[in-house]
Amino acid sequence: MAFRIPEDYYYTKEHEWAQVDENIVTVGITEFAQSQLGEVVYVELPEEGQKVSQNQSFGVVESVKAVSDLYSPVSGTVIEVNTSLTDDPASLNDDPMNDGWLVRIEMDSEKELANLMRAPEYKKLIADK
Amino acid sequence: MDSKNTTLIKRTPLFNDHLKLNAKMVEFAGWEMPIQYSQLKEEHHNVRTHVGLFDVSHMGEIRFKGPKALESLQWLTTNDISKLKAGEAQYSLLPNHEGGLVDDIIVYCIEENANYLVCVNAANKDKDFSWMLANNKGADISDESDSWGQIAIQGPKAFSLLKDVFSDDFSTIGTFKFKLIKYKNETVIVATTGYTGEKGAEVFVPTALTSTLWNELLEKGKPYHVLPIGLGARDTLRTEMKYSLYGHEINDHSNAYEADLGWVVKPTSKEFIAKDIITSKKGSGMSRRLIGFKMKDKGIPRQGYQLYSATDELIGIVTSGTHSPTLDEPIGIGYLKIADSEIGNHFFVEIRGRKVKAEVVATPFVKK
Repeated sequence: MAFRIPEDYYYTKEHEWAQVDENIVTVGITEFAQSQLGEVVYVELPEEGQKVSQNQSFGVVESVKAVSDLYSPVSGTVIEVNTSLTDDPASLNDDPMNDGWLVRIEMDSEKELANLMRAPEYKKLIADK
Repeated sequence: MDSKNTTLIKRTPLFNDHLKLNAKMVEFAGWEMPIQYSQLKEEHHNVRTHVGLFDVSHMGEIRFKGPKALESLQWLTTNDISKLKAGEAQYSLLPNHEGGLVDDIIVYCIEENANYLVCVNAANKDKDFSWMLANNKGADISDESDSWGQIAIQGPKAFSLLKDVFSDDFSTIGTFKFKLIKYKNETVIVATTGYTGEKGAEVFVPTALTSTLWNELLEKGKPYHVLPIGLGARDTLRTEMKYSLYGHEINDHSNAYEADLGWVVKPTSKEFIAKDIITSKKGSGMSRRLIGFKMKDKGIPRQGYQLYSATDELIGIVTSGTHSPTLDEPIGIGYLKIADSEIGNHFFVEIRGRKVKAEVVATPFVKK
């Protein structure tokens, strides 16, 4: 299966993507993550204004079978939350790269982006799975 | 390195068939088993609406034979086996000396007083066999697990499929019955038992024939929309029925009455291991009870989550929880203090530090 892995996004080893627009980072889970999870039946996201830290859990997604933590790609403040996911968790399966975005974070420091993977490295990570 | 980790993971006679079906394989109870073939929900719904095949070859089979077979089994188990006639099966429990449970089992009466087959959980098989030998009262006990594969056929179309494969009708004999029949010149046991709440059977088949039968069931099941079903859906199907799973609802410390399994304990009919300790918790002696519940607010209960009263008192624990594919809502099974266990009672499940409201409900969750 071919997964969309945009070249200009950043990636975590826990399979979140981060799209950076100046100091605003939009976060979601990758198509690979979605395919591994199975049907998402529950999504728990932070409140607007909440502080998050790089590599720390900021929410969870649950399939019928399992609970998975969501890890923040950067440190900063949550400025927007995709609340539609709470009512329609399955949309995370349908379109994890667009409509299934999770949160927007105002990041504290661009320097943290250096800790994330770029597309070629992420492709290699999931190829080894 | 821990020596336990070097133990080989076992494979069922259907291992290569699972790979051909593109199953996602996981380790379960020391076995490499299919957790899903397509999608868990699709597999689950297929069993509730059509028919599904389960590889349950990992289950253990232990034979009791000889003039002391019945006496030994009566001592080892809580249900009354003396009532069983040839061709009848019975759900039962193996108690330990402390009144806890070594395992839950099904006993098949092949020949009254002389020959019984006991089906045990895969993870407990070696423990059960040792326990049976140590507490034997003269039966000839042997572990036949390596000789048997086992396939469960479950769903509204199960009996139609079985009839096409075995040229025999199992729809009229009732549940917990079985027949010994010939398949490719070998004896197989077709038992009307299961773990899904649906109509169907569990078939004990010689190891070498298991793959042949599996593939014939898949082929002849096409008109009935048959699908292979993984352990994931097996768990959601049994949870919807509130069937116990060893390691979740019951373990070495569980009391049968508290686990809502008093219906398979027959203290007035016979003597058995730890009878007095077990029956001391009957009725007013019970301190907790296994109940089913649903969530009043958002959240999915999972095994190990703690249960609290409105006054923040710790009153229980979740043993199993999932999002029910049939009901499309979260369901849970757990132990609650007796005073809090009435149907309709509200309590709170602690989910990642939050207290989420829940309500005790009647079970099974899905009425069949």
